[in-house]
Amino acid sequence: MSIQTEPLGAPPSTPPRADGVPGLERNEGTGLELDWVRDARVNRSAVERRAATLTTRRSVKKDWQAAWLLKAVTLIDLTTLAGDDTAGRVRRLCAKALNPVRQDLLDDLGVSDLGITVGAVCVYHEMVPTAVHALRGSGVPVAAVSTGFPAGLSPFATRVEEITRSVAAGATEIDIVISRRHVLNQDWQALYDEVRAFRQACGEAHMKAILATGELGTLRNVYRASLVAMMAGADFIKTSTGKETENATLPVSLVMARAIRAYHERTGYLVGFKPAGGLRTAKDALAWLTLMREELGRRWLEPDLLRFGASSLLADIERQLEHHVTGRYSAFYRHPLG
Amino acid sequence: MSIRDIFETLDYGPAPESDDVAQAWLERHGRRFGHFIGGRFTKPNSSTFATHHPGDGSELAQVSQGDKRDVSKAVKAAREALPAWQALGPHGRARYLYALARHVQKHARLLAVLESLDNGKPIRETRDIDVPLVARHFYHHAGWAQLLPDEFPGYEAVGVCGQIIPWNFPLLMLSWKVAPALAAGNTVVLKPAEFTPLTALAFAELAVEVGLPDGVLNIVTGDGATGAALVDHEDVDKIAFTGSTQTGRAIIEASKTNFKRISLELGGKSPTFIFADADLKKAVPAAVMGIFFNAGQVCAAGSRLFVAEEVADQVLEGIAGMAKMLRVGHTLDPETIIGPLVSEQQLDRVTGYIESGRQEGATVLVGGGRKEGPGWFVEPTVLVDTEASMKVRREEIFGPVLCAHRFTDADDADRLARMGNETEFGLAASIWTRDISMAHKLARRLKAPHPHRSPSFQDLAPGPVRP
Repeated sequence: MSIQTEPLGAPPSTPPRADGVPGLERNEGTGLELDWVRDARVNRSAVERRAATLTTRRSVKKDWQAAWLLKAVTLIDLTTLAGDDTAGRVRRLCAKALNPVRQDLLDDLGVSDLGITVGAVCVYHEMVPTAVHALRGSGVPVAAVSTGFPAGLSPFATRVEEITRSVAAGATEIDIVISRRHVLNQDWQALYDEVRAFRQACGEAHMKAILATGELGTLRNVYRASLVAMMAGADFIKTSTGKETENATLPVSLVMARAIRAYHERTGYLVGFKPAGGLRTAKDALAWLTLMREELGRRWLEPDLLRFGASSLLADIERQLEHHVTGRYSAFYRHPLG
Repeated sequence: MSIRDIFETLDYGPAPESDDVAQAWLERHGRRFGHFIGGRFTKPNSSTFATHHPGDGSELAQVSQGDKRDVSKAVKAAREALPAWQALGPHGRARYLYALARHVQKHARLLAVLESLDNGKPIRETRDIDVPLVARHFYHHAGWAQLLPDEFPGYEAVGVCGQIIPWNFPLLMLSWKVAPALAAGNTVVLKPAEFTPLTALAFAELAVEVGLPDGVLNIVTGDGATGAALVDHEDVDKIAFTGSTQTGRAIIEASKTNFKRISLELGGKSPTFIFADADLKKAVPAAVMGIFFNAGQVCAAGSRLFVAEEVADQVLEGIAGMAKMLRVGHTLDPETIIGPLVSEQQLDRVTGYIESGRQEGATVLVGGGRKEGPGWFVEPTVLVDTEASMKVRREEIFGPVLCAHRFTDADDADRLARMGNETEFGLAASIWTRDISMAHKLARRLKAPHPHRSPSFQDLAPGPVRP
């Protein structure tokens, strides 16, 4: 048949889900496979078209929408990364992280026993002890941005040291930033070595590699940087710091998801994805969930493989959930501040 | 399903679009239709038949069974309209074709929903493929109408064209037949398929809306008997037919007596070849859509798959995986990819073929039967271990059933071509390889006028002019 519908992406087969989420084998990385990196091509027009049509082809409504939004809540890395962060603000954030949706709404949705919390709380190093204390015993991890966040241009030794200290302070997830200059100069060896060193410094802590895609110039660079970060042992690849002028977009996310798929097909490792910055509305969350479900499959919709880096997203999701329950929208201030 | 269940499965859930616009249109006509003859709808005949929504089997409307008298009236109207329509000249006719295209776009929503209800094909196909292509076809032939004197000097119109169209792309087939015929200065008597007459009738309304001269387009609904009356009619100059090979034969027989011109587009059992060196990322999805698009109810569906032994496991696994992912469901849900088959007869026919394949020794890799619940749904099905002698490999199933076969001697184009040619059909073929000389060799040897190297369907539309 010559009449073509949109290309269907075949997601890789995923391991069986026994009860709940199967344990994840950690990505140990591979050697730097330069041929693979250099061979990578990205068809920009095709990416844009797929990104533009993907979310219009799938709709999630009513009860399904509520369930998807609840899932989105569990994926949020509730974040505060501002110069005026204080211990008080971090404690408030942590309280919200443990009770992200109002109890009466959870009761009405019939999910109060699911123990819904956000995926993690994400802060600067100085706030780690406060967050660890506020979240103790809850199982919600503390993530620290690190390695000279957001620019990543402080001395290499201090960047590595930063990781070590954050881990020592109790952070179990480290969001590192890569040196954009290595990507822009196509110096893949340097990028690989850098990320590898960060990963070693992380030890048991999970590492999310921020590519800062808004500063990488081309989608091909995004794809190549994604591959190298995964080869170097990133547990997650993440779009942005939230501080660039352009943060997470659907086309960029699509390219990174395809890189994750290719890496999975080649090595068997499952690597996570974290779009950050630019996800503000419940609708955005649904769009990204759809993208992941279509490109990588159901397995990638769990907190061990998908996180949303966001601060204002939760408030909108909560409003939408309230609308689902009551049929009415509330003002933002009616929900506890995140 | 409760919210907590969905929280686990994270399925998309149903989200059907509204069918209000089509239901309102049906109500406006009292859910009973006559024919469209001489620019007016006739009163419904005393003998009518029901047309159904394949998604749940419910009745949509009663449509008139055209008899010889109805056909004669329509042919007479077309004959009377002919001189004025030809006198209008190329530019004059182009304006009407252009107007029809515009009105198809204006009423795109109605046409898409109505088509989905009547035929059962998913709304994403009718909305994004069928109806836009219909509009494009009329625009395209509006252009041709104006170019005729320059591009086809000395050609003239055939006269009154009898056109009989199938149910698998009802409105699109109408446009393939009607647009070029009108562009060249013919007048038309069209008989839509009995399972899917509604969009043709809606199109008749558009013709009224744009002020198409009375009698230039006539539509007579009915079953095979109505079609036979049109084929037999003395005053019809040409029959254009798309449909089954069986009926095509009957038309050739009938046309012997009165020397009608005929053009036929018939069945197919088109092969897809996937070689070991093919880009499987492209070949696998293409093979999947090649057979499962429109639930396999496509004349050029790639219903036989020949795959090289070295990659056979990988390809079949990929196809089976995708086949399982294709959403079978509500026709008006924009996520549905596979809708129901058009009729209960078609359902029985297709499931009968699957059963016969099983009995003859084929293995069901995925799918394999009717989907539970209301509606005439068949699961996307892949049969492996099929042999050339089996019925499922020789006959056109016209449903979502792929018959796979592994080949080993990949370098022997003659042998491969023999496998590809082992049916009575010869319509289309796809070849997936990076070995361009093999692609050319094989393409030349295959009995297929339309090998998909540069796919084009425009040239399948029947020629509406005579030298």
